[in-house]
Amino acid sequence: MSAPHVPSRAPAAAVLPERGPEPVKITLSVNGDEHTFDAEPRVSLLDALRERLSMTGAKKGCDQGTCGACTVWVDGRRVLACLTLAIACEGHEVTTIEGLAQGDELHAVQSAFIEQDAFQCGYCTPGQIMSAVALLKEGHDGDDAEIAEWMSGNICRCAAYPHIRAAIRTVRDRSRDPSHGQT
Amino acid sequence: MRPISYSRADAVADAVAAVAADPTSDFLAGGTTEVDLLRQNVLLPRRLVDINDLPLAQIEDRPDGGLYIGALARMSEVAEAPSVRERFPMVAEALELGASAQLRHMASMGGNMMQRVRCGYFRDAASPCNKRDPGSGCAALDGFNRGHAVLGVGEHCIATHPSDVAVPLMALDARIHTEGPHGRRVYAIDDFFLLPGATPHLEHPLEHGELVVGIEVPGTPMARTSRYLKVRDRESYEFALASVAAAVTLHDGVIADVRLALGGVATKPWRARHAEDVLRGAPAGTGTFRRAAGAEFASARTTPLNAFKVELAQRTMVRILETLTGTGTPSGTETDAAPDTDTHTDPGREGQP
Ligand SMILES: Cc1cc2nc3c(=O)[nH]c(=O)nc-3n(C[C@H](O)[C@H](O)[C@H](O)COP(=O)(O)OP(=O)(O)OC[C@H]3O[C@@H](n4cnc5c(N)ncnc54)[C@H](O)[C@@H]3O)c2cc1C
Ligand code: SF4
Ligand code: FES
Ligand code: FES
Repeated sequence: MSAPHVPSRAPAAAVLPERGPEPVKITLSVNGDEHTFDAEPRVSLLDALRERLSMTGAKKGCDQGTCGACTVWVDGRRVLACLTLAIACEGHEVTTIEGLAQGDELHAVQSAFIEQDAFQCGYCTPGQIMSAVALLKEGHDGDDAEIAEWMSGNICRCAAYPHIRAAIRTVRDRSRDPSHGQT
Repeated sequence: MRPISYSRADAVADAVAAVAADPTSDFLAGGTTEVDLLRQNVLLPRRLVDINDLPLAQIEDRPDGGLYIGALARMSEVAEAPSVRERFPMVAEALELGASAQLRHMASMGGNMMQRVRCGYFRDAASPCNKRDPGSGCAALDGFNRGHAVLGVGEHCIATHPSDVAVPLMALDARIHTEGPHGRRVYAIDDFFLLPGATPHLEHPLEHGELVVGIEVPGTPMARTSRYLKVRDRESYEFALASVAAAVTLHDGVIADVRLALGGVATKPWRARHAEDVLRGAPAGTGTFRRAAGAEFASARTTPLNAFKVELAQRTMVRILETLTGTGTPSGTETDAAPDTDTHTDPGREGQP
C-alpha cells in the first residue's frame, strides 16, 4: 500500500554526509569502464566527460537543455549531460557515443548516418545518433512525423533533418526486414 | 555557477530533515530546472540534496479509478503508463507535448510541479525581477513580454506558469501530497499554486524542506475521452502560447459536465471556471463555446505584445470543445470571425501576430 493516507511517524532522521564544495573523488562507469577522478560536485556530466575523461564525443551546444548536442544515456535512457551532475551519476551506467561501435565496427545507426549523408558540420551528430538509437529502441519510429516529433530534442544548425530521418528509416526498415536494402 | 556541496538521501525523512534544517539546501530531482538555474546564478543554494534514490517513483491505481503518481516518477514513465493513457489521455498528451524525449526521461513529476517560470528577466540575474529579488521591480512589465500571462496577472509579476501537465491535473482536481518538517499534508492543486499578487516570490504554500511525495488524481470517468491541445511558436520542444485541457460529457446534445483548464496564458495553471459555468447545461455548439471562452477571458489584462493570446486561447478552447463534442466545422473551413466576446482589452491591440 502506498503511503498517502498513512500518517507519518517521522522516524529519527540520519544526518546526511555532505561532499564538496571542494573537489571530491567521483567514480563513474562509462561505456562499461570505471573511471575515478577529482571534481567539484557542481561539475556537469558533460564537463566531466569532456574535460576529465577526454571523451569529447558529447558536445556542448547550449549548456541549458535546449539543443540536445550533449545527449548521452544514463541507465540506457537518453538524457542531457549538460543538466546532469556527474556526481549524481555514481552508481549508474553512462553510455556515450564512444561506446556505440563494437571495436572497428560502427553501430548500424552510425553507418546509416554516413550512408545517408545525415550531417554537414557534424557538431550535433553525436547527440543525434545517441538520440536516434534510443528512439529506435523506444519504438517511436512509425512514420516520419513520429520520428520528427521524437527527435525534436536534437537541434541541427545545418538543418540536416531530412537526411537524419532517412538514416533512421533505413535502420528501422533493415531491422524489420534483414534482407531489405542490405548491400 | 557557484560551488555547491552534495548529499544523497535514501529515506524521505532524511531528505526532509536535511533541507528543513538548512535554508541554503535545495532538493535535486531531475535537475532540469535546478541545474539550469544554478548555472544562470538564479538559484544560489549552498548544497543540493539528491532525492533520486527515494522510493517515490510509483504509478498506482486507486480504488476509485484514480491514480497515485509518486513525485519521482519521470514524465516519460507517466506518459507511457497504460492506466494514464486509457483513463487520463489529456495527462499523457500534455506530458508528451512538453519538453523533449531526453528531458522527459530526466524530469520528475514533483519537479514539474515545482518548476520555475521561463521569463527571460527572471533567468537573467542582472534584471530587476520581483520573483527572484523581491521588491526590485518587474522588467517584463515594459519589456519583451510576448510570452507572458494575460490571466491572474498583477502589478508585480506577469510571468506565465510554464507547466503543461499541471493543466490537466488542474482540470482533474488533483491533490498534491507532501511530507515536511511538520508531517504529511495534502493540498488541493488549486491551492498548491499561488497567484503572484504582491508576493511573486512565493509560488507554493510549502515550507522550506517540505517535499512533494506524490500526486493523487481522483477517478474521473469523463476523463477517458479528454484531450490536451497545445499551440506554440514551433511544432515541438517549445512551451505553450496557449493550451487547453478539456473533458466533456454530453446528454442529448446538452453539456452535462465539463472540465476545462488553460496553460500558457496565466500566472498559474488556470481552471477555466467561468467557461465551465457557461457550458454546463448549455447546448453543445460553436456559439456556446465562443460565449464560454469569452467569459473566461473577460478579465484578461494584456500588453501590446501579448494581446494576441486572448484571441488565440479562445480559439484553442473552441477548437478542442468542437473536437470533443464532434460539433465543429471541419478544420480549415472555419471563418476568421472573432468570437462574440467583449474582452476588456484594447481593441486596437488585438490581432497581433
Ligand atoms: C529546454 C527545456 C524545455 C522544457 N519544456 C517544457 C515544456 O514544454 N512543458 C513543461 O511542462 N515543462 C518543460 N520544461 C520544464 C521541465 O518539465 C521541468 O524542468 C521539470 O519538470 C522539472 O523536474 P525535475 O525533476 O528536473 O526538477 P529539478 O530541476 O530537480 O527541481 C525543480 C525544482 O523543484 C524542487 N524539487 C524537485 N523535486 C521536488 C520535490 N519532490 N518536492 C519539493 N521540491 C522539489 C527543486 O529543489 C528545484 O527547485 C522544459 C525544461 C527545459 C530545460
Ligand atoms: S514577470 Fe515575474 S518573473 Fe518576469 S521579471 Fe517580472 S517579476 Fe520577474
Ligand atoms: S548542451 Fe545540453 S542540451 Fe545543449
Ligand atoms: S550537422 Fe551541423 S549542426 Fe547538425
